[in-house]
Amino acid sequence: MGKFNKKKSGDLPAISTASLPDIVFMLLFFFMVATVMRENTLNIENRLPAADQIEKLDKKDLVMYIYAGKPSARFQGQYGTEARIQLNDKFAEVEDIAAFINSERAAKREELIPFLTTALKVDSDTNMGLVSDIKQELRKVNALKINYTTRQGDALADLNR
Amino acid sequence: MAKRSAPEVNAGSMADIAFLLLIFFLVTTTIETDSGLNRKLPPMEDQVDPPIIKEKNIFQLQVNRNNQLFLKTGGEEKIIEIKNLRQAAVDFLDNGGGQGEDACKRCQGKRNPRSSDNFDKAIISLQNDRQTKYDVYIAVQNEIIAAYNQLRNREFERAYPGENMSYVQAEKMYNDPRTPVARKDKLKEKLEAIKLLIPQKFSEAEPKKSN
Repeated sequence: MGKFNKKKSGDLPAISTASLPDIVFMLLFFFMVATVMRENTLNIENRLPAADQIEKLDKKDLVMYIYAGKPSARFQGQYGTEARIQLNDKFAEVEDIAAFINSERAAKREELIPFLTTALKVDSDTNMGLVSDIKQELRKVNALKINYTTRQGDALADLNR
Repeated sequence: MAKRSAPEVNAGSMADIAFLLLIFFLVTTTIETDSGLNRKLPPMEDQVDPPIIKEKNIFQLQVNRNNQLFLKTGGEEKIIEIKNLRQAAVDFLDNGGGQGEDACKRCQGKRNPRSSDNFDKAIISLQNDRQTKYDVYIAVQNEIIAAYNQLRNREFERAYPGENMSYVQAEKMYNDPRTPVARKDKLKEKLEAIKLLIPQKFSEAEPKKSN
């Protein structure tokens, strides 16, 4: 019996943490591959509606983003709870869209301009009045290709939530 | 003096460094949603006289401020649930009630003389209120696109059984940058033919102001 008792010394053996860096690196690489750098800090709530007939936007550099929605909690004191437009990092008015589109166009090469798409990232709780105003502005500057950015999902199930 | 093994580097802090990097990436990146419903806005142009369209060829949808859907087509007016919209739109587009040169060879619908003539004549129009919620609007758009896709899928599979895929799959393949160019050209031809057969004639009126 003495043969077996020998191992039972008082304290537990330390768990080897030698593979911990490997595990963390694995996680790190996953996030590096699966995500992209945040371009805009959102000042608004942006819960996108769901749809299932969606197409993918492929050329990321040819997309202009217009955000709209209710100002998020920390801005509500200043801007109220009415839905607003956000361009780049700032709140904007409907009239600013034309200038925004023109500055985006100026940054691109000329032959790429007809392929520019405007992605509308609008919170699902927004009224259509604001969206129509945005669309009207886009028509004025002839930016006709638009994409209503949505999550992948069942549109009807999302409505009844 | 002759043999001295190199001292082992302590790797205990490796995990901390990796954690630091991991947390940096977690904070600065997002998983982007970059898909959605593609639409084309009508260009701004001077007021031209609107073309004369027969009432039976219009599928007129209205969404009011309470997010209710109102449908006017084929001499009928009724409130419709969004879940029934896809089938109603397919029935309307696929009706094929035209006679003579307006006859629709590929339509498989009921051939109701009070509903649309053929794919090319059928127009879906949508008007919403300024107070309509965006998610309802997207759901309606989604259902209309779904109706068109359903018919295009059917016709694509019928016209090109050799492709062994649906219109939506073919379009996805066409838009995929990994698809070889020769294949793309072939697909484009077929996709264009189907688009010509079943054009998306979808018009949006300016929203109404509600008092």
